Amino acid sequence: MLLHPPVLALLVVSSLVTAGLALGVPFALRVVRHWDLASGSERQVRLERGTSLVSAVLGLVLAAQALSLGLFVFAAESLSSQITGAMCATGTLNATPFGFPALGLKVALFFGAAVWLALDRLDRDGDDYPLVRGKYALLVGLAPLAAAEALLQFLHFAGLSPEVITSCCGSLFSVEGAGVAAEVAGLPPGPAMAAFYLSGALVLALAARTWWTAGRGGAVLGAGAALGAAAVTAFAAALAGVVSFLSVYVYESPHHHCPFCLLKGGYDYLGYPLYSALFAGTACALAAAVSGPFARVRSLALAAPRRAARCAGWASVLLGAFYLLSTWAVLRSHLGLFP
Amino acid sequence: MLARQRYLLDYTLAALLRRKGRHLSLLLVYGALVFALASVLLFGSALRREARALLQDAPELTVQRLVAGRHDPIPAAYLAEVRKIRGVAAAEPRLWGYYYDPASGANYTVLVPATDPPPAGSARVGRGVARSRGLAVGDVVAFRDARAEPLPLRVTHLLDPASELLTADLFLVAEGDFRRWLGVPEGLYTDLALRVRNGREVRTVADKVTRALPDTRPVLREEVARTYDAVFAWREGVGLLLLCAALFAFAIFAWDRASGLSAEERREIGVLKAVGWDTGDVLRMKLWEGAVVSLTAFLLGYVLAYAHVFWAGAPLLAPLLKGWATLYPEFRLVPHVEPAGVLALFALTVVPYTAVTLVPTWRAAVADPDAVMRGAQE
Repeated sequence: MLLHPPVLALLVVSSLVTAGLALGVPFALRVVRHWDLASGSERQVRLERGTSLVSAVLGLVLAAQALSLGLFVFAAESLSSQITGAMCATGTLNATPFGFPALGLKVALFFGAAVWLALDRLDRDGDDYPLVRGKYALLVGLAPLAAAEALLQFLHFAGLSPEVITSCCGSLFSVEGAGVAAEVAGLPPGPAMAAFYLSGALVLALAARTWWTAGRGGAVLGAGAALGAAAVTAFAAALAGVVSFLSVYVYESPHHHCPFCLLKGGYDYLGYPLYSALFAGTACALAAAVSGPFARVRSLALAAPRRAARCAGWASVLLGAFYLLSTWAVLRSHLGLFP
Repeated sequence: MLARQRYLLDYTLAALLRRKGRHLSLLLVYGALVFALASVLLFGSALRREARALLQDAPELTVQRLVAGRHDPIPAAYLAEVRKIRGVAAAEPRLWGYYYDPASGANYTVLVPATDPPPAGSARVGRGVARSRGLAVGDVVAFRDARAEPLPLRVTHLLDPASELLTADLFLVAEGDFRRWLGVPEGLYTDLALRVRNGREVRTVADKVTRALPDTRPVLREEVARTYDAVFAWREGVGLLLLCAALFAFAIFAWDRASGLSAEERREIGVLKAVGWDTGDVLRMKLWEGAVVSLTAFLLGYVLAYAHVFWAGAPLLAPLLKGWATLYPEFRLVPHVEPAGVLALFALTVVPYTAVTLVPTWRAAVADPDAVMRGAQE
């Protein structure tokens, strides 16, 4: 099913992303090996000039990657009407063995891109390119992920066919089924809810603290790692919570655990604001977590806390919105899981 | 930080306005491309919505009889068999067929309405047929029936133009006239339409029908809907693929545009660098320029495509997407814009444009100011 408009758009974007990263990798390797700011050699001048292009290209490419994550989920959702047995994006993603791995890689790339963009911004703030080696080393790590993601995505869409009968969310996210999805769906709602809100409170508190102390130029050393770890934990707990109890409250049906049906018009498209806030908020928290610790680098002593504070502020706002929206969805529901 | 971007944008807009002609031509080509792509996308998705809305009222299950793998009239006796199946709320025989009219060179759909059929010797007629044969209420039109004898029909009514997508080629006639016209003997029907009480039982009912009546084929509404969806999406994709050639041509054009910076622009970049702009600023300024051109062209093309599809009825695209019938229905699609469709179009146009203009711009931006200015004067 390659001839479907969103699919064509996705293929264009992912080939551009892969091409951009592939072009960036040889340059990144040269930077990692030969970068020497003290040298006035021609090679160093070329590297310094090249870095402005590469960071502009990659900024664009990685922003396109975020766009393609949204488009991918939308394409899966809209193709579900053409695939036998598919009622929502789950059915489409499940129709080939490559669907869910492609989605997972896209999510990983999204956060990798967020971290890279944060490092790149910070690097440009310093006058002596303090992070140039680190950021290009990270780039070398992201490139194979992007290539694998483009390949899996292509295989997924090429393998989709209306004749293949797929199973949808009813069987994948069911309490009785086997596999990770079923395990998560089978989590008891009480502990899942506790993990959801406790990890949420922790990440919000850490983000707010970073925003407060870093915004006043205070040291945030050590807080970076804690914030990063809290953000990753809260993200996992949030996804598990959506499957285990939030979806049930929204659908008002005790056995419907699908995280993708939230994107449907029948449930007020609740999934779009919910997931946008969660993903953007987590990305901001990670950006704050990687920016903060560089305050000890001399040329970033002012810039790093400022950037960390700004990212942490956005993380608090976006994640706060996510938890408020989730709570509202639970409170307005007519379903009671706890008698 | 924001103020800096605002100044850059301010400068960019002034620079764009200084070279109106050059950018206007780019804007036109770009806008035309977006227009073509957006028309295909909007029209395709509107047709799919229309098809889905129409099928909502179709029977859940249609039972056809097959003889030698071809559709054959179904005996009335099958009706009783089907009604016995538990879960079937109602089953009605239907009489419909096609008639090729040599005079207008078109195929008509002839149908006996289930409720309130017209009296014998008269017909209710769709607007498309009326247009092609020049018919008005009260006219008598004659066709040759299955025995090649004339069958006169008086037009009593023209069908509502709001339903033209469905009724353009439609003739509603009485049962006796239908049987005479198309040669369907008494006791035979075209197919059976079944209503199933519980939506989840449709497949089971279909299974029971094939078991009770092995020479029949049940057609599920859900399957018809999926087929329509796939066909329209496929045609949309073919349209887009054809336009991909245009997309490539445009990418080459944009690349050429950006790499062939005029001497004046080179000098401008040289001056900017000489007064203290760094490479990043120049790149950002050029990115802003690209963004302004892109977004303007995108908006322009999209709005024009919207008008083309929903107000003008997509005259440029109808033959590709609607089918190849002789009688085109005239109908207005319900305006509808999918945010994700906009996103897809954005990814297809703005992202590649920005990507191809970046490298040439960077080449100009990293050059040393004195070299650029000297080069420009030579």
